Amino acid sequence: MEDNLEGKVPEEKRPSADGPAEKPAVPTDGAAEKPVAPTGESAEKPAAPAEKSADKPAAAGSPPPAAKPKKKDEIGPRFIVSSSPHLHDGRTVSSIMKLVVYALLPATLFSVYAFGFGALKVIIISVASAMIFEALSQKAMGRQIRLADFSAVLTGLLLALNLPSTSPWWLVVTGNFFAIVIAKQLYGGLGYNPFNPALIGRVVLLVSFPVHMTARWVQATPFGSNPFGVDAVTTATPLTMARESLAALGHIDVPFGTQEIMNLLVGNRGGCLGETSVILLLAGGLFLILKKVISWHIPVSFIGSVWALTGIFYLIDKTTYANPSFHVISGGLILGALFMATDYVTSPVTKKGMLIFGAGCGLITVLIRLWGGYPEGVSFAILLMNAATPLIDRFTKPTVFGAVDKQKAAA
Amino acid sequence: MRAWNEFVKGFWSENPVFRLLLGLCPTLAVTTSAENGIGMGLATTFVLFCSNTVISILRKVIPKKVRIPAFIVTIATFVTIVDLVMNGYFHALHKSLGLFIPLIVVNCIILGRAEAFASKNGLFYSMIDGLGMGLGFTLSLFVLGGIREILGNGSILGISIFGSGYNPLLLMILPPGAFIVLGILLGLMNKAEICLAERQGRTPMIKREHDCSTCVIHKKWFGLGEGPEGE
Repeated sequence: MEDNLEGKVPEEKRPSADGPAEKPAVPTDGAAEKPVAPTGESAEKPAAPAEKSADKPAAAGSPPPAAKPKKKDEIGPRFIVSSSPHLHDGRTVSSIMKLVVYALLPATLFSVYAFGFGALKVIIISVASAMIFEALSQKAMGRQIRLADFSAVLTGLLLALNLPSTSPWWLVVTGNFFAIVIAKQLYGGLGYNPFNPALIGRVVLLVSFPVHMTARWVQATPFGSNPFGVDAVTTATPLTMARESLAALGHIDVPFGTQEIMNLLVGNRGGCLGETSVILLLAGGLFLILKKVISWHIPVSFIGSVWALTGIFYLIDKTTYANPSFHVISGGLILGALFMATDYVTSPVTKKGMLIFGAGCGLITVLIRLWGGYPEGVSFAILLMNAATPLIDRFTKPTVFGAVDKQKAAA
Repeated sequence: MRAWNEFVKGFWSENPVFRLLLGLCPTLAVTTSAENGIGMGLATTFVLFCSNTVISILRKVIPKKVRIPAFIVTIATFVTIVDLVMNGYFHALHKSLGLFIPLIVVNCIILGRAEAFASKNGLFYSMIDGLGMGLGFTLSLFVLGGIREILGNGSILGISIFGSGYNPLLLMILPPGAFIVLGILLGLMNKAEICLAERQGRTPMIKREHDCSTCVIHKKWFGLGEGPEGE
């Protein structure tokens, strides 16, 4: 998410120069738009910003695009003629990043409370190393050092929330190296990365250190026990338990009564730091949606498709497939759908594209959870759909206002 | 002097992997360890040396129209020899390289040198060229395999260097590691070449296939193109 945040703002601020590099799908086949492009600009360039602002007006608070050409005519040629958007609502990369960090704070604080000092250590090391890598790589690559935009902080925080509380320091630092240096800065920095950096960090660690990443969970003990005690109860994540019971007994044996649902909702279970407390994550996500930092499309279609697909299999065979609600509130689905899949840079810009993106994430998640080699598939699903984002953007490009469909006109 | 130039060009100025980007399939696939890299490189060197020799001798006999099939038959002969000899005497290595030994037949470097060099030059220089190119290829594979083995297995040539406390970064010996390491090495090689060219006062031997002039990295690191002032 972090990167998207920025992606949106830079797009508004530097409309024409950077467009082609980032979203090749938008400007290239601009035949339809050429007639409406403002004069004096190349035909391709204005198409990109116009579309961006049309797609995300709610989030950015930018003015409706239709008003722009008119205004240009009124003020005459003495003013600088530039492509849209022309109004800036004052929201900057760092302000959006900060909003997301605030939205994650409840879940973060809860993780420290639930998992104790281990969690605090992971979070501090992760954020610090993300900022150090960001500064070093920006210096080495001759870019401005922009720690103040908070994007590195957010990447570090998100990666920490995706790690188990037992992670040793070198694991966290390695993950941040891949997230910041390889996945973000080598691709050109903020706004240019095709994949979500925090998820790249997590997947590199998951593939490289399977023992540390999947076998050392600690039971969260939020209520009724000493939160900062040294005693920790190792456990498995609910999804791992479900999978193991299926392998051992031949049928799913996961109790899913009121008590279990309550435990899953408040986060009384094993798992990554940030994925356990469903209620706090939902509260943070709702905050972001109300603040118009993210739109509802990706989370709803992502979570909805997981629920619907697992529901179908649950109805077919209740002994082999777990309850769909269990699939939704266990694992990292809520964290991924609200905070990782909604990254501006790596997700589609149109509403229709977002719905497709979310549904694709849900489908891949379900495929991996039910038949894949890993118990959890949210991070792989989001990364795979990140790769499909330019294609989705291309196919969901809205018709430009006033453009004539050549085929229809001919017929 | 010319012989020396023909020999060393395979190591730097026309390095098959890092300059010409030829033979990337075995480069990426078998360099999971330094040993595999050396094995693959030496097998390729042998084939390259022998095929360059034979093709150079026969270059005036082979009709132009059927030269490619003639080259392939020559190369395939030596690959079969390598395949059988390795299977007999280096069985473990042969097993770990697997399909990529027979696939030396279609390695671009070998056919490329036959077409571009051996079929146009005399026996002596063709032999030198084959040897230099092959050893340059071996060195590249050794470097790539060595880096991947150190990071991904904590060892070099099978000798553990970090002790048992080291947790290997498994990703590096998986396919993505090959792409990541090769990409970073290519960038560093280009950077080194530009520094070297600057010191010697010549133009760097880097072809600019794409216009990177707008990229900040390109300007700062490679001194090419205009590049925007800061980002």
